Amino acid sequence: MIEARSLSKRFHDKKRGEIRAVDNVSFVARPGQIYGLLGANGAGKTTTLRMLATILEPTDGTAIVQGFDVVESPEKVRASVGFLSTATALYPRLTSQEMVEYFGRLNGLDEPTLKKRVDEIFDRLDMNSFRDRRCDKLSTGMKQKTSIARTLVHDPPVMIFDEPTLGLDIMTARSIISFIRECRDRGKTVIFSTHVMSEVEKLCDVIGIIQGGKLLAEGSLSQLRAQCGEEDLEEIFVKLVAPHYTSSEAV
Amino acid sequence: MSLRNIGIVYRKELTEALRDRRTVITSVVVPLVLFPLLSVGFGAMISNIVNKTKEQTPKVMIIGGEDSPGVVRSLRATPKIEIAPATPDWKNLVVEKEVPAVVEIPAGFDKSVADQKELAVNIYNYSGDLKSEIAAGKVDTALKAYRDSVVKDRLEARSMPVAILTPFEVKQHNVAPPEKSGAALFFGGFIAYIVVFLCLNGGMHPAIDLTAGEKERGTMETILSSPISRAHLVFGKFLLVLTTALATAALSVISMGISFALAASFRATTAQAGDEGMNMHIGLGAALSVFIMAIPLAVLFSSVLLMIASFAKSYKEAQSYVVPLIFIVIIPAIAAMLPGVDLNAKLALVPILNVSLLCKELVIGTYHWNFIVIIFTSTCAYAAVALFLAVKMFQRESVLFRS
Repeated sequence: MIEARSLSKRFHDKKRGEIRAVDNVSFVARPGQIYGLLGANGAGKTTTLRMLATILEPTDGTAIVQGFDVVESPEKVRASVGFLSTATALYPRLTSQEMVEYFGRLNGLDEPTLKKRVDEIFDRLDMNSFRDRRCDKLSTGMKQKTSIARTLVHDPPVMIFDEPTLGLDIMTARSIISFIRECRDRGKTVIFSTHVMSEVEKLCDVIGIIQGGKLLAEGSLSQLRAQCGEEDLEEIFVKLVAPHYTSSEAV
Repeated sequence: MSLRNIGIVYRKELTEALRDRRTVITSVVVPLVLFPLLSVGFGAMISNIVNKTKEQTPKVMIIGGEDSPGVVRSLRATPKIEIAPATPDWKNLVVEKEVPAVVEIPAGFDKSVADQKELAVNIYNYSGDLKSEIAAGKVDTALKAYRDSVVKDRLEARSMPVAILTPFEVKQHNVAPPEKSGAALFFGGFIAYIVVFLCLNGGMHPAIDLTAGEKERGTMETILSSPISRAHLVFGKFLLVLTTALATAALSVISMGISFALAASFRATTAQAGDEGMNMHIGLGAALSVFIMAIPLAVLFSSVLLMIASFAKSYKEAQSYVVPLIFIVIIPAIAAMLPGVDLNAKLALVPILNVSLLCKELVIGTYHWNFIVIIFTSTCAYAAVALFLAVKMFQRESVLFRS
């Protein structure tokens, strides 16, 4: 369960002054559902998800993740979250297994539990062939699997994916998509951001459309269709976002 | 404060560091192999050059003196110099280092000596050129010996004893133990310099790799998404940087101790006795106390390096911030090597300089306990401030996510 309550994040930029990257965003993501944040580049998706994962601290507002407040107990929030983005790289000089074990230990698993979890995940994701290979020697697909294993090692109830398929080839992207679906089927709360319409159509139970740091619309695909009187998600998106889209943001 | 978490980070960073060729080269290979080779090799090269030059017979040109066979004869009798024929462009030859030294004997020199008048003999040499100075020194000695013989003749002519010239003798006795001579002090300063420099050098690459390097590789966001607190993360990283800094310093002191001991035993078997060679040797106790004093200094360096490097976005950017730091650190370490710069209450508070000066004393076996206490505590205080700032720096979002 994720509950964003008036989440806001302001940055100071020397040239542009104050930037409201995320502006008063509230929503709820429920267990067993996939919440999709859809937005253009620079819309505030990454900043929102980073605040939920407590990598960034909100300037105003807060969020409750699995019962913990992101401002008051960020470490407990992080222990209940698996966070995956294209920016979350692997340590090049650790092996695939060491990488997963490291995050298991940081999540407080004791050695016997850790061993059991790691063996289980490596079997399930079919990773045993490159267990002892250094991460800098892995293929993109193997790296992605290691990253997934890393987010799963502590079996978190909440999964946060920030543009997880960005820059991946179709096969790897598909495996990520099926992994996200699997997380939902296991009853986890899943939130993910993307600007790819087809992913949203395929996956999301609830869609939030974000632009200029503001949540413009929210609902299931059919609700959004009814609201806008359009069938195609891309048309819905453009119709909602266009009035708020300034040319400066397009750059 | 969770030691378990700090330990987890430390162990992981250590695993990575040991697999990193650059860390291994700067912290292990350089101090153990390259450094002793360089220092001993360089020392051997210098003493070789000095010895060779001393054994050579330099050319000396005599200008004038046609009417003064007495002084010319005494010059020609000087061992290990070769008299070159006089040429009119002699001054140029000295400037161009063709002829190391020229003696100018004024006209009528022998006669004026016989008449007991004063006349100067001039020696021309190229100051700063080793060969020229040795040649001039030999000529100078020869001329002074000749002067003494003239004085002796004059006294004898007046039937006076030679002893009249020296009513008493003045003798200097060096009672400083050989390990505390000026040369040993310089050597102590040199050891301190090496320890300070390598301590910094050893911590530099890991400090950058663990902060700016992580940002560059994209692992920073990964680690920040784990439950570990940022303070624990910095402490774990700090301990790794400290380990490499201290390991580099310790290995360099050990390898220098061994290589100088080897060099000394080599000299003892080959070289002649009475060589003024420096007493280059570090006792076990001295090495240990230098190492203990290096600990707070290494803490200071590691924290400052982490603080600076975590501000940078990329490895290269961090390098450009850290390189000026080398100069800031080296200058006080070099100042400590200068003769006459000694510990006092004020200098004991100057970071880096104080430890360098103290190490210089420790190497020669002097223990000023009051200074040791002041220096150890003040360096610890500086180190604590730096570590605190490094942790603060690492907790700032604007620093972690600079774009």
